[in-house]
Amino acid sequence: MDPVLRNPKIWVFALCLLPLARLIVLGGTGGLGANPIEFITRSTGTWTLVGLLVTLSVTPMRRLTGWAPLIRYRRMLGLFAFFYASLHFVTYVWLDQFFDPAAIARDIVKRPFITVGFAAFLFLIPLAATSTRAMMHRLGRHWQRLHRLVYLIATLGVVHYLWLVKKDLTEPLIYGSLLLLLLAVRLPWGVHFLQAARNRLAPARP
Amino acid sequence: MLIRRAADILSSEITPPEIYRERRRFMQGMGALAAGAALGTAAEAEAGVRLAGVRASPYKLDDAKTPYKDVTSYNNFYEFGTGKSDPAENAGSLKTRPWTVAVEGEVRNPRLYDIDTLLKLAPLEERVYRMRCVEGWSMVIPWVGFSLRELIRRAEPTGDAKYVEFVTLHDPKQMPGQRARILDWPYVEGLRLDEAMHPLTLLAVGLYGEVLPNQNGAPVRLVVPWKYGFKSAKSIVKIRFVEKQPLTAWMAAAPQEYGFYSNVNPSVDHPRWSQAKERRIGEFFKRDTLMFNGYGAQVAQLYRGMDLKKFF
Repeated sequence: MDPVLRNPKIWVFALCLLPLARLIVLGGTGGLGANPIEFITRSTGTWTLVGLLVTLSVTPMRRLTGWAPLIRYRRMLGLFAFFYASLHFVTYVWLDQFFDPAAIARDIVKRPFITVGFAAFLFLIPLAATSTRAMMHRLGRHWQRLHRLVYLIATLGVVHYLWLVKKDLTEPLIYGSLLLLLLAVRLPWGVHFLQAARNRLAPARP
Repeated sequence: MLIRRAADILSSEITPPEIYRERRRFMQGMGALAAGAALGTAAEAEAGVRLAGVRASPYKLDDAKTPYKDVTSYNNFYEFGTGKSDPAENAGSLKTRPWTVAVEGEVRNPRLYDIDTLLKLAPLEERVYRMRCVEGWSMVIPWVGFSLRELIRRAEPTGDAKYVEFVTLHDPKQMPGQRARILDWPYVEGLRLDEAMHPLTLLAVGLYGEVLPNQNGAPVRLVVPWKYGFKSAKSIVKIRFVEKQPLTAWMAAAPQEYGFYSNVNPSVDHPRWSQAKERRIGEFFKRDTLMFNGYGAQVAQLYRGMDLKKFF
């Protein structure tokens, strides 16, 4: 097998492109339903949230399994979250509002759910921009402090979803609980808990 | 040539039992349909069956009609789930025959209508109306039905009847969405008596000349074209004439977001989004939302002197 294909990163990359591929296939076959723009907005928004939660689960998973190489996927997953967030934003600006700056500005100021969604997107930009190895070196210990913004971003993302639904809060609450869990296992007792769970799962080697 | 007789194996032994049973059910259904057709009853209830004797009406629009497929696959009908495609997928469990509609309350002639009697109450006519959803999208739908006032006239409201309340069926067995307490079931809507008496207010039993599909509110629903879509109660079992303004399902759920009147009004925003524009299903660009959904000439006088920001 080609050594490139043997790199699992390629497969993870391809997997992350599936939601976009699905939209393209559905779009080409008239499968986006009666309101395609709403469908695309919802789908890209959903995958942004999923991407953020998956990125946030890398560290806890690493602590739980002790499998260090997991960390190598974190940047790519985070960048895919940014990628879907950008598609989500472009869908809103282009397809939904059709570049009407006045309407967009009004929305951002007046609609709390758009305000927080827009803020989350803005905060994502510096994280994406500083995701390179060179930037990590340049920023040193500030890098980690900056990237802790992702906790705020994911929280804003869930609030954005929570505030936009008309009545049925089930789905946003599922995302909210997952986020809460992922944040909780970062607290001292959470880290402790993961450590204990890991020792339970894999007894100390002789 | 040797022709061998097929071994005597029952088809039920070859076919997986679920499929076999499904087939049986289907054939029984077909049998019932055929019998119904012979008696001239049950078949009339089937969605997609052409309604007889539908007259044209002056209520027409130049706007292009929203395709049948979109009208019947993109619905808000929380009794069958909160997703837009849920009603089309889940509404098969709703049984629209037998069906009765109770007309009661402050009336001289209370009556329990059988749905097939109700269908013959007045001549059916086709009316093409704009439909604007509170969420910011719209359609153009050719409904079939008659003015609600035909029913109200026969009921003879008393002097105490100031409002009309509409109640949707409450049966979680038939309406799986009611198993979750998304709203305080049953779904209740209401109109002021003069709104209910307005000639535009339609009691609809069909669309595109055919029997109403379940996901669109079969067997009988309200259509109030100058109000947001949720005011048009679906699958109605009760029409009550009352003195006090009814507490509607959406007012009970979110009083700061949904008022009793809920007239389409581009200058009164939903607290969380603008109502100035709408996306007509099938169109790319948003279009301006019209005051009273374009029916101002007919209905504006109902609200003369009222502050529509306060009575939203």
